[in-house]
Amino acid sequence: MNKIKNLADLRKMKEDLQNKIQLREKSDSPEAIIQIKVGMATSGIASGAKEVMNYLIEELDKRNIDALVLQVGDMGYCYAEPTIEVTRPGEEPVVFGYVDITKADEIIEKYIKNGELVEGILPANYESID
Amino acid sequence: MIKYKMHLLVCGGTGCKASKSDEIVANLNAELQAHGLENEAKVVGTGCFGFCEQGPIVKVIPDNTFYTQVKPEDAKEIIEEHVIKGRKVERLLYTDPKNREHVTDSKHMGFYKKQIRIALRNCGFLDPENIDESIAREAYAALGKALTEMTPQQVIDEIKKSGLRGRGGGGFPTGLKWEFAAKNAADQKYVVCNADEGDPGAFMDRSVLEGDPHSVLEAMAICGYCIGADKGLIYIRAEYPLAIKRLKIAIAQAVEYGLLGKDILGTGFNFEIELRYGAGAFVCGEETALIHSMEGERGEPTVKPPFPAESGYLSKPTNVNNVETFASVPVILLKGAEWFASIGTEKSKGTKVFALAGKINNVGLIEVPMGITLREVIFEIGGGIKNGKKFKAVQTGGPSGGCLTEKDLDTPIDFDNLLAAGSMMGSGGMIVMDEDDCMVSIAKFFLEFTVEESCGKCSPCRVGNKRLHELLTKITDGKGTLEDIDLLRNLSEVIKDTSLCGLGQSSPNPVLSTLNNFMDEYVEHVTDKKCRAGQCKALKQYVIDAEACVGCTACARVCPVNAISGERKMAHDINQDICIKCGACYEKCKFSAIFIK
Ligand SMILES: Cc1cc2nc3c(=O)[nH]c(=O)nc-3n(C[C@H](O)[C@H](O)[C@H](O)COP(=O)(O)O)c2cc1C
Ligand code: SF4
Repeated sequence: MNKIKNLADLRKMKEDLQNKIQLREKSDSPEAIIQIKVGMATSGIASGAKEVMNYLIEELDKRNIDALVLQVGDMGYCYAEPTIEVTRPGEEPVVFGYVDITKADEIIEKYIKNGELVEGILPANYESID
Repeated sequence: MIKYKMHLLVCGGTGCKASKSDEIVANLNAELQAHGLENEAKVVGTGCFGFCEQGPIVKVIPDNTFYTQVKPEDAKEIIEEHVIKGRKVERLLYTDPKNREHVTDSKHMGFYKKQIRIALRNCGFLDPENIDESIAREAYAALGKALTEMTPQQVIDEIKKSGLRGRGGGGFPTGLKWEFAAKNAADQKYVVCNADEGDPGAFMDRSVLEGDPHSVLEAMAICGYCIGADKGLIYIRAEYPLAIKRLKIAIAQAVEYGLLGKDILGTGFNFEIELRYGAGAFVCGEETALIHSMEGERGEPTVKPPFPAESGYLSKPTNVNNVETFASVPVILLKGAEWFASIGTEKSKGTKVFALAGKINNVGLIEVPMGITLREVIFEIGGGIKNGKKFKAVQTGGPSGGCLTEKDLDTPIDFDNLLAAGSMMGSGGMIVMDEDDCMVSIAKFFLEFTVEESCGKCSPCRVGNKRLHELLTKITDGKGTLEDIDLLRNLSEVIKDTSLCGLGQSSPNPVLSTLNNFMDEYVEHVTDKKCRAGQCKALKQYVIDAEACVGCTACARVCPVNAISGERKMAHDINQDICIKCGACYEKCKFSAIFIK
């Protein structure tokens, strides 16, 4: 390892290393950013929840949106999987059903970015999904 | 670089390591590999989470799930249930002692709600053996800022403005101390970090060094820049092997990156740090004794002045600060003095780390804003008294401090209020006592410690404390008189006034404060020969209730010293002169005929 030559180098290094601990930083103040929970019980995974989760993580990062993507168990919407729950800071959570890659893209662009509702919202008929 | 979706943080502090947290890390990694998930989730060994009562701790990020009392064999279930299926392992979740409910995430735990973490900001967050994680969290950014954008005097002014006071016990303003050392011209100066931590039950400095060594190294370099020193020494007790190991790793990594050594960040500033080992004597935490110990002399205090800032290590100007004091410095420079000064009370700014111990539900390490009340600390963060018992007192300041009682529960905690209440902040030990604790015995316990630890250089402390201890023993043995109580007080005052160093000057505090708060218990011991807590064995009397005794002889047969006499089928009797108060008869009696007086 080369020595760090000056303050600018140190600052750049900090930026480059940021993603090592970014997940922890975000989890430290989850209420301040967008939280997305993806239902990942066995049936969810079978219906493609894992692909949706990967897509969300990558795309949010690419589009520079500060968000925390959490994997949770069964969300109680087996009929509409994959399901995701999105919470914008300070707002009530909203659940979307039948989320595929195209839908996920739409949710990011409309709801996550601008709070515009899109089709596919499920009624809030569940208890906590912690 | 791999983008992990989950981090599994495993506590690697001394306490949790003793409960096999290393094996937990190994098993979690093995399970991840077995399921081909090593690129999805990452296991990170961190410093202490503070919740030592329930360790080992595993915290799952991003959902902040807080698993307690985890065993190595639980790794499989955590990976298969939580990581793969997203289902929390209920049985490992923390249970709220009040409503018996599982708490799913650490954000909702009473233990953390009122804490503000400054000195501990990276403990339980970072891998302390990996400098990259520290740099990502702004380590050495404050040093860089100081060296490149600020003059030494500007840094000192900022620290002064922040109101930071020494966390080692004295509470001396840190910025002012640096200014003194800066003003004393010399060809060589030293920065010393006091990591002796001799207070029984205290482990805040150890936890900072184990969990976030870079903060301390960085702050020492900043101090070196301010006072004009290019050499730093950390005086650490040899009983802290893990902290020593992590410090060595951290120093080596910082040197490799050029963050310590010559021409740091191209500014021409040089600073190197070495470790010095102490043998674990309490008095060596006193700064002059510490310096003598580092010089290879006997670890005995000398009279101040001269203060270390004038003539310290090798008679050169030396600045001594405590670990926690240093750990607070980098954040102050990054976030600004105003930010720090906005936390706390008028004369005590920022936060203080306390080690909660004794009869409290959540034994552990906490960091709270100055000005919080004892009630909040003990009943909210600490979760109240163990086993539903009644709170009696809390000892702050360790063996040099005093006890506080019910009436002090709502006093805001800061340096000055604690002094006014007859105790002191000290280094941050907090030992909670309940109704089963005898306050005379507590005073005796602390005196035992000081007698053991007195260096013996001056007679008030060497002889006086021994006499105090003898008087206390006389009282707990049931042989004390009212005159002895007066003598205790007088002798305490003399020792305080005439001892050479802080050890002797503060050692009678536990006696004085228990005298002030629990005089009735002292009087009870000497006049009624009674110990209400039932702790003083000599004052306990096992007595047989003649009405209830059926004369089964079970007690007489179990008594190891044959103190019990009586005919079969007749009431028995215990000879108090022979009885050694072992309680064997009490345990044995099936008819509840034996009681304690
Ligand atoms: C008997 C005795 C023991 C002490 N032990 C410690 C200790 O373990 N750690 C510590 O930092 N300061 C200890 N001190 C206080 C130091 O003398 C000194 O004031 C302190 O290290 C200064 O740092 P600070 O200004 O950052 O608090 C002790 C003082 C006395 C009288
Ligand atoms: S007060 Fe006690 S510890 Fe301090 S110098 Fe005197 S004998 Fe030694």
